[in-house]
Amino acid sequence: MSYSLAENTRSWRRVCLLVAILAVSATVVAGSDEDSVWLGGLRAAYFGERPIVQSDDVIELEAPERAEDSAVVPIRIKARIPQTDERYIKTITLIIDMNPGQLAGRFHFTPKNGRADLGLRIRVNAYGPVRAIAETNDGKLFMSRRFVKASGGCSAAVGTDIEAAKRRLGKMKFKTDKPVLPGEPLAVQLRVSHPNLTGLQMDQVTRLYTTAHYLEKVTVSFEGQAVFSAETGFSLSENPSFRFYFVPDSAGELHAEVIDTEGLRFTGQYSVTPEE
Amino acid sequence: MIFRGLVLVLLLIVWPEPGMPADKCKHRAEVVEIAAGIYVRPGKHAVVFDSEAVANIGFIVGNRCVAVIDTGGSYAEGQALRCTIRSVTAQPVCFVINTHAHPDHILGNPAFREPGVFYIGHANLARALALRGTVYLQRAAQQAGRPLGPEHIILPDLSVDGRLRLDLGERVLQLVAHSTAHSDNDLSVYDEKTATLWLSDLLFMEHIPVVDGNLRGWLTLLETLKDKPARRVVPGHGPVQAAWPDAASDTQRYLSTLRDETRERIARGDDLRQAQETVAYGERTRWQLFDSYHKRNIIAAYTELEWED
Repeated sequence: MSYSLAENTRSWRRVCLLVAILAVSATVVAGSDEDSVWLGGLRAAYFGERPIVQSDDVIELEAPERAEDSAVVPIRIKARIPQTDERYIKTITLIIDMNPGQLAGRFHFTPKNGRADLGLRIRVNAYGPVRAIAETNDGKLFMSRRFVKASGGCSAAVGTDIEAAKRRLGKMKFKTDKPVLPGEPLAVQLRVSHPNLTGLQMDQVTRLYTTAHYLEKVTVSFEGQAVFSAETGFSLSENPSFRFYFVPDSAGELHAEVIDTEGLRFTGQYSVTPEE
Repeated sequence: MIFRGLVLVLLLIVWPEPGMPADKCKHRAEVVEIAAGIYVRPGKHAVVFDSEAVANIGFIVGNRCVAVIDTGGSYAEGQALRCTIRSVTAQPVCFVINTHAHPDHILGNPAFREPGVFYIGHANLARALALRGTVYLQRAAQQAGRPLGPEHIILPDLSVDGRLRLDLGERVLQLVAHSTAHSDNDLSVYDEKTATLWLSDLLFMEHIPVVDGNLRGWLTLLETLKDKPARRVVPGHGPVQAAWPDAASDTQRYLSTLRDETRERIARGDDLRQAQETVAYGERTRWQLFDSYHKRNIIAAYTELEWED
């Protein structure tokens, strides 16, 4: 039984074409289903009619395809352009379509950050898109989007060691990369001990919901100058963790202040000493 | 005369035996008597809610009454265990001891509910059940294919904060409420008569340990527990009994490797995502269900250890 290689190749190409068409249609269909909340009003609510370029060229969102722990999903937003006086990212808005209260946070940057990278841990309540929208200083919007498979991140139980968390409320820990080079962007990690309760965990006994108690505002300054600030919500995981950059020109103190929904205010500081 | 007799006979037929379920025990749990009067129903290693009978549960028989130690992951499991108890002894159940709040250990609780039965747990058990009960019932309902109401979560009648001694009738059990280890509400049971230490999920064998409390606290506790002489231990997952303290070594090795490698990653600046990909994968072939739980353990370890001074 002979067959020609040409024939075989032709039918293979036909199969590939068919598969490709199906795949594209599936993506298109799936895409519109996945983005239905965004297109159905969320986008308009936060950005009106403003054009948004969907691209990973200004910022790129990294998120796991499937979360191991829906209440602690680590994500990274990588800036693909440097912060310069002429052109810089001034705000990154994080939206989680399927979370109650979809706005996870708004994060503010200046040229002094060097890079507008951002590392966070978030809660994801249901399978759906997570979007990072960067606004550059010229008012343009760029969006990087990833689909995350997770569920229950907002209604899941509080953390594993409630006693330890209570003792530590408001405590802050800073960590920076080493070495600290003057004039170079330095990665900083700020951790704030806080349950960041969503208010969506139901107490099985009382059948009432736990009271929401979460960070609302974070401000970090270096030697009195604003370096990083954010308005945040309960979509950040317990013990909110922020990773960002700033450029230290001299030795000095990083100062952080957070305010939560109870009106509690916590502060922390950290000395930064660049190498000579 | 005959009529009264007929009524009496009918009453005897129809009157339910106290505490006997309507289905009259179609299913009994298979148990192993590991020591005089101590019975363990072994679990099969599987992801919680994916399967039935995941944990080791059982009971201890005294002259006066019976203490149940954990009730399984569903009403049916609890029911089956209860039927086994009925077949083994005429003594009633007086205590249902929950070693901690995880669903594979507590969702059989309602099968034992009746006057005279006291539920016992760690002082933090009630809070843990209150906080997590809703989610557990939702997941269990998916598995059962029908909704489960809040009556399926039974809070302890007696809370142990420190130590408690129970006498089952010439059989004394020592209950100890531990500080946060595997979970924040671990309770161990020691049977004085046979020197059997029932550690439940403070000890894992074959099945990967699950970190849901405090990693350092768990390691510290295991060191302390190893000093307690016992003729045998009962792990929460694994064989129905094992030699002590030898049985601790696998769990200790996993936890200390997890701790040490996580600390190392934190010190060198790796973030949580990087740590999830690299910490303690040398343990992968040593444990069942590694891929189901290990990354979650890394998250628990990392988010705990990053707060170390």
